[in-house]
Amino acid sequence: MKQKTDVLQGTLALMVLKTLDVLGPLHGYGVARRIEQISGDLLAVNQGTLYPVLLRLEQEGAIASEWGASENNRRARFYRLTAEGRKQLQVETQDWEKTAAIIGRFFAAKAEDLS
Amino acid sequence: MRSLRRFFTRLANSATSRAQDERLREEIEEHIALETAENLRAGLSPIEARRQAMLKFGGVEAMKQDYRAERGLQLIENLVRDVRFALRMLRKSPGFTAVAVVTLAVAIGANAVVFGVLNALILRPLNVPQAESLWGIERGSDRAVNQSYPDYLDLRDRNRSFDDLAAYNVAPAGLDTGNNPSSNWILEVTGNYFDALGIQPYLGRFFHGADEHGPNSAPYIVLTYAFWHSHFQDDRGVVGRTVQLNKHPFTILGVAPAEFRGTLMFLFPDFWVPIVNQEQVEGENVLNARGNRGILMVLGHLKAGVTAPQAVADLNSVGSYLEKTYPKDDGQMTFSLTRPGLTGDWLGGPLRAFLTGLMLLAGLILLAACANLGSLFAARAADRSREVALRLALGAGRLRILRQLFTEAVLISLVGGAVGLWGSVGLLRGLSVWQPLPTAPIQVPVNPDANVYAVALLLSLASAFLFGAVPVRQVLHTDPYQVIKSGSTGVVGRRITVRDLLLVVQIAICAVLVTSSLVAVRGLVRSLHSNFGFEPKNALLVETALSMAGYSADRTPAMQKRMIDALETIPGVKSVGLVDRLPLYYGANSSTIFADKTTDLRPANTAAEAMIYNISPEYFDAARTSLLAGRTLSWHDDNNAPRVAVVNREFASKIFGSATDAIGKYFKRRDGTRIQVIGIVEDGKYASLAEDPQPAMFLPILQWPSSQVCLVVRSDGDPQQLAPAIKSTVQDLDAGLPFTLRTWNQELESALFPSRMATLSLGVLGVMGAMLSITGVFGMAAYSVSKRLRELGIRMALGAQRKEVLQAALGRAFKLLAFGSAVGLLLGILASRVLAFIVYQATPRDPLVLAGVVLAMLLLGLLATWIPAQRALSIDPVILLREE
Repeated sequence: MKQKTDVLQGTLALMVLKTLDVLGPLHGYGVARRIEQISGDLLAVNQGTLYPVLLRLEQEGAIASEWGASENNRRARFYRLTAEGRKQLQVETQDWEKTAAIIGRFFAAKAEDLS
Repeated sequence: MRSLRRFFTRLANSATSRAQDERLREEIEEHIALETAENLRAGLSPIEARRQAMLKFGGVEAMKQDYRAERGLQLIENLVRDVRFALRMLRKSPGFTAVAVVTLAVAIGANAVVFGVLNALILRPLNVPQAESLWGIERGSDRAVNQSYPDYLDLRDRNRSFDDLAAYNVAPAGLDTGNNPSSNWILEVTGNYFDALGIQPYLGRFFHGADEHGPNSAPYIVLTYAFWHSHFQDDRGVVGRTVQLNKHPFTILGVAPAEFRGTLMFLFPDFWVPIVNQEQVEGENVLNARGNRGILMVLGHLKAGVTAPQAVADLNSVGSYLEKTYPKDDGQMTFSLTRPGLTGDWLGGPLRAFLTGLMLLAGLILLAACANLGSLFAARAADRSREVALRLALGAGRLRILRQLFTEAVLISLVGGAVGLWGSVGLLRGLSVWQPLPTAPIQVPVNPDANVYAVALLLSLASAFLFGAVPVRQVLHTDPYQVIKSGSTGVVGRRITVRDLLLVVQIAICAVLVTSSLVAVRGLVRSLHSNFGFEPKNALLVETALSMAGYSADRTPAMQKRMIDALETIPGVKSVGLVDRLPLYYGANSSTIFADKTTDLRPANTAAEAMIYNISPEYFDAARTSLLAGRTLSWHDDNNAPRVAVVNREFASKIFGSATDAIGKYFKRRDGTRIQVIGIVEDGKYASLAEDPQPAMFLPILQWPSSQVCLVVRSDGDPQQLAPAIKSTVQDLDAGLPFTLRTWNQELESALFPSRMATLSLGVLGVMGAMLSITGVFGMAAYSVSKRLRELGIRMALGAQRKEVLQAALGRAFKLLAFGSAVGLLLGILASRVLAFIVYQATPRDPLVLAGVVLAMLLLGLLATWIPAQRALSIDPVILLREE
């Protein structure tokens, strides 16, 4: 149970970082929308789970936040990637790709390859 | 790095949660508003749009929980909440809190004090570099630390295990820095002493092994820092100055660093002098006598890589060489190693046993306090069972509730521990500057260090978990449904509860303490009234060493006679006697004795070890030692007369079979001198009050001269009135002779000191144990009465008599008390064996002690149940039943 949240949080964190990297500063709702658009049903329910992740990233110094005005001219909290966050994204992207490649090769392997 | 940064942010957030909550609320609102707007654009009705937005966002409360958990440190926040709650609960019951804190403060304080002393005297090594490799050498199966100087030289030069071996001796000496003779305690040390210990001078230089060139060749003094500070006012010009030591010129070489105060834990000398100058310091030189074991201790650092067993084997091979080469002087020459600070096992053994025993008792006190608090906590938990049940019913985890209870326990014990530690630190500081004996520079340097603080903290936490754990089972088994339905804990149990058991344990502990303190008090009283073999009342003592005023051996007897004669002329003085060293003084002189027919005078053939006192003829009269048979010594028993001695009854019966047979018989000393017994005196106490009868012999001072002088001045009235006359008389004889004047009773303080301290500390612990038991029994009785008020009321309404009510209310408490006392008494009898080391004839099989314990426990029970009994008796069934 706990592990599942951790995995979800880890994935979500990476998505947040990537989203902010591509689209620049966004408020929480904006991040949620983009992730929903790209990932499908990951955030279709429980969009709220995004906020603890945002907080965690901010505490780690990967992102920073400040108050700004939203599209309908209300006060909203805008998140942006920091230099440190950009570094972290790079490292984690590489890690992820490496892991994905290994897992991919594993799944592609046939019985005779392993004998 | 990242996680560290996050940790601190979270720590900070734990403190500033309000503003953060507000920020989250705003973000959620904004998020939902944006989603709602989106939904509206998609064509939903306003209500449906908002509903969908909320659905999509998910559970707000659960998310908030996650968010908070992410933001701050859950553990700390919960802890802060628990502490706040605990403080509130404790403030609500100030009586309970005060009792708990005071109980713990007393118990932990007692432990901290005892541990402080144990730590300082036994655990902490001497303040020298590499103290862990510093060992003293003990000799023979009775583990004596004293050695002879020639043996020391052989050990030093023939061993291969020690870097170097040094030796020292304690002696009094008269210092005169210019018309101010004063008597000081010094250490006579071997030249290599400072080098062997690895001490560097604070000022000037030390003497070295190379400075020794035979007797009286090194007239040097090294001052302790404290003595330099108090007598030379930190004058740096003191180095190189020449002063008079026993009327001989000595040069001050330097000052030792402040933290080095000699090689004894409890006796701080004023300065050090090379031992080769023994003749000038002590009046005679015994450094060539292999049989004279006058060196107090030999000590040194082990070589790197040499283990203690290897060193012992090495020393023993030197020892067997000595046994073979000097069969006349060296008997059993086997060796063992000991920590040097407490003169080995001679003092260290009993002290260690006593302090360990005391620590054990203090631990018992703490256990008793924990038992006490445990039952208090259990009672409190029972009273709070409704609250606990309610919280359980509302979904609180049992663990959470237990944590809450433990938080309370830890809080109380920390506060109690802090208060106790504060008190004990004060006490230890006081002890450290205290000089218990007026005649010797004895101090107990027990300043608390980090160890003491750590132990106090550890004990606080440990006791918190001990007494906090008592109500655990109760809480774990709480059935919220039952509790809330029936309204209270329900039935008063007939079976034995944990609380009963705790009470029995506690009462038993208390009984142990009361038993041992009564044993100690009885022992002290008995030793005060035992026969010393002399009468200390109405006697003044003039103590000096003629060597301090430069008297050589040939001038000593005449001066001693003049002093006796001069003092006898003072009106009010009945008699004046001289002895070289008082019985029951620090350390006693003893010597081996051989039967007359023995010709091979090797140590293995000794008939007895006897105390030696060199006395003037009038000593027995002045000391009021009664002569049982034969004649006493006279001034005609001088060097030209046959050697004679007066011996005590024990000596006579041990060597000659019976007291009457001994008169006229002969015995031999180690040097072969034949001595005739001319009189028998009563037995006395010689080395310690707790000793069994020992053989002693009294020899004429004219045949065995000594520079040490103790004049016993017997008066017929208050001896203090004679003091001025005695003082001026001695000063008239020789103004340059430093001396001390005090009553014999004052002098005896030193002999009584160990048993006094033992009695005092045991008494304090006993009183503490009794207090804890009283509160424990009181708490239990009061609680049971208050729980059974209704039942008692009904009984009274149905016509129960006072006696029956009391039996119902307190019978259980008394049964527990009786059982606990019996167990404790038994244990106390066993524990008292330890006391026998220090206290005179410590035996608990003494009807007075047994009766005392029973009486004390009974009294304690009455005291503790008095108020609950009154309360039970004053129940008015009408009022009680109407209220319900």
